[in-house]
Amino acid sequence: MRSVVSICVVVGALIFVWYLAAVSLNSTWALDKAKRAGVEIGTKELILDTWSQEKPKLPAPHQVASELWKTTVEKKITSKRSLIFHSWITLSSTLVGFLIGTSLGILLAIGIVHNNAMNMSVMPWAIASQTIPILAIAPMIIVVLNSIGVQGLLPKAIISSYLCFFPVVVGMVKGLRSPDKIDTDLLHTYNATNAQKFWKLRLPTSMPFLFASLKVGISASLVGAIVGELPTGAVRGLGARLLAGSYYGQTIQIWSALIMAAIVAAALVGILALLQKLMLKRMGMT
Amino acid sequence: MSPKIFAKSVDLTFLTNDGPVDALKDVNLDINEGDFVSFIGPSGCGKTTFLRVLADLETPTGGTVEINGVSPKIARESRAYGYVFQAPGLYPWRSIGKNIKLPLEIIGLSKHEQSERVKRVLKLVDLQDFENKFPWQLSGGMQQRASIARALAFDADILLMDEPFGALDEIVRDHLNEQLLDLWKTTSKTICFVTHSIPEAVYLSTKIVVMSPRPGRIIDVIESTLPNERPLNIRDSSEFISISQRVREGLRSGHSYE
Repeated sequence: MRSVVSICVVVGALIFVWYLAAVSLNSTWALDKAKRAGVEIGTKELILDTWSQEKPKLPAPHQVASELWKTTVEKKITSKRSLIFHSWITLSSTLVGFLIGTSLGILLAIGIVHNNAMNMSVMPWAIASQTIPILAIAPMIIVVLNSIGVQGLLPKAIISSYLCFFPVVVGMVKGLRSPDKIDTDLLHTYNATNAQKFWKLRLPTSMPFLFASLKVGISASLVGAIVGELPTGAVRGLGARLLAGSYYGQTIQIWSALIMAAIVAAALVGILALLQKLMLKRMGMT
Repeated sequence: MSPKIFAKSVDLTFLTNDGPVDALKDVNLDINEGDFVSFIGPSGCGKTTFLRVLADLETPTGGTVEINGVSPKIARESRAYGYVFQAPGLYPWRSIGKNIKLPLEIIGLSKHEQSERVKRVLKLVDLQDFENKFPWQLSGGMQQRASIARALAFDADILLMDEPFGALDEIVRDHLNEQLLDLWKTTSKTICFVTHSIPEAVYLSTKIVVMSPRPGRIIDVIESTLPNERPLNIRDSSEFISISQRVREGLRSGHSYE
């Protein structure tokens, strides 16, 4: 209950600041308009005007909310103008990318933990891979894959996985190495094989680390999917909505796509948090 | 009869940042089949280290160790001993029954044989009704009993126990000591038991090994003259007291705080 109240207070404060910012950023245009029309404009009209412009520098919260309402609830989800349709396009490549990235991350971590050569060689490359700006490499990936005939969802998913595998590798290496000495000694006295040590001890012990990485990984995946839509002139997806909005100065459209992306990210992380809670409780690890 | 466990001039030196530390120096010991041997001494005297050497968890830097006539490594690979650690070391995501099955799964016993053994060892440690409970649902003493059950399920004839009751209060400890003696009599295993407590060592053992630190070495080996039948009140007998005195003297003679 207290957390609900504190969240509401913070959100309320943010919306208040947002309205103030809208007044200060959009008032120049409102004053210009009034000057050209040759009319005096009062404070009240000025404020109301800054909150209801068609192409404001910063749309007011209620404008974004009503755009969201119009493009989700009032549109059929098959429509090209439905934000749900675009979200689904982005979400599907996010999920495929997340799956690829997570699998790759876990496999690399297993290799790093079990093989000394991989331990010495893979991590520096993994870190180097994350220093390359994704925005620079995304078009390359799309062009290269396109030239070998891979199009559509997969190139975007690969860009997603490029961002997503890294937190999973880092977290899982730490997790797979986290069993206590006494627990590994115990398996040693049983003369357990490496595979048995992995399945019966390392993997279960790494679960809290895995979920922490998955939560970072899935939001990185979403960012990857949106970025993957930007340089390709895609016409579908949240990234395409952002791009189209910026071509035509449709700031309200941009902001509603941004809010939608935030909602999708929050939902994905929330689902993983719930899974984490259930799983760790079941495993007696809370 | 050749000894069950045989150690001759065993040395173990750890290399640390502060230079080499002699954890064990010239340790010689014979343990016969069916012996209950306690290792007693202050912290750092190498008693746990010696137990870990027997278990092939540490490798000595010198000397010979044989278990059943073979090296500790071969003994471990043939699963010659069960090991009980200071902490219960139960895996929290496994129920008590599944924890006890862990070594059995690793050996590759049939499902049927696994459940048979779990039932049997849970009865030995008096935890029949707790097979499906999880570790966090048990008290500390019960968890340690479960970990003893896990070592017993292995069915090795040597049991290595590293201060298994160190973290428990005295009442629970007395109770577990009695149970352990019963267990030793019914299963006739060879038990090596590390402890800090003089009464515990004297009460349980047929042989008491007194050790001393810096370097870790054996000061005295006492063959107990107590009968195998040992009610708790045997601790008030004059024989018990005189053995305790000898242990105490041994500890004092080796314990120089120069």
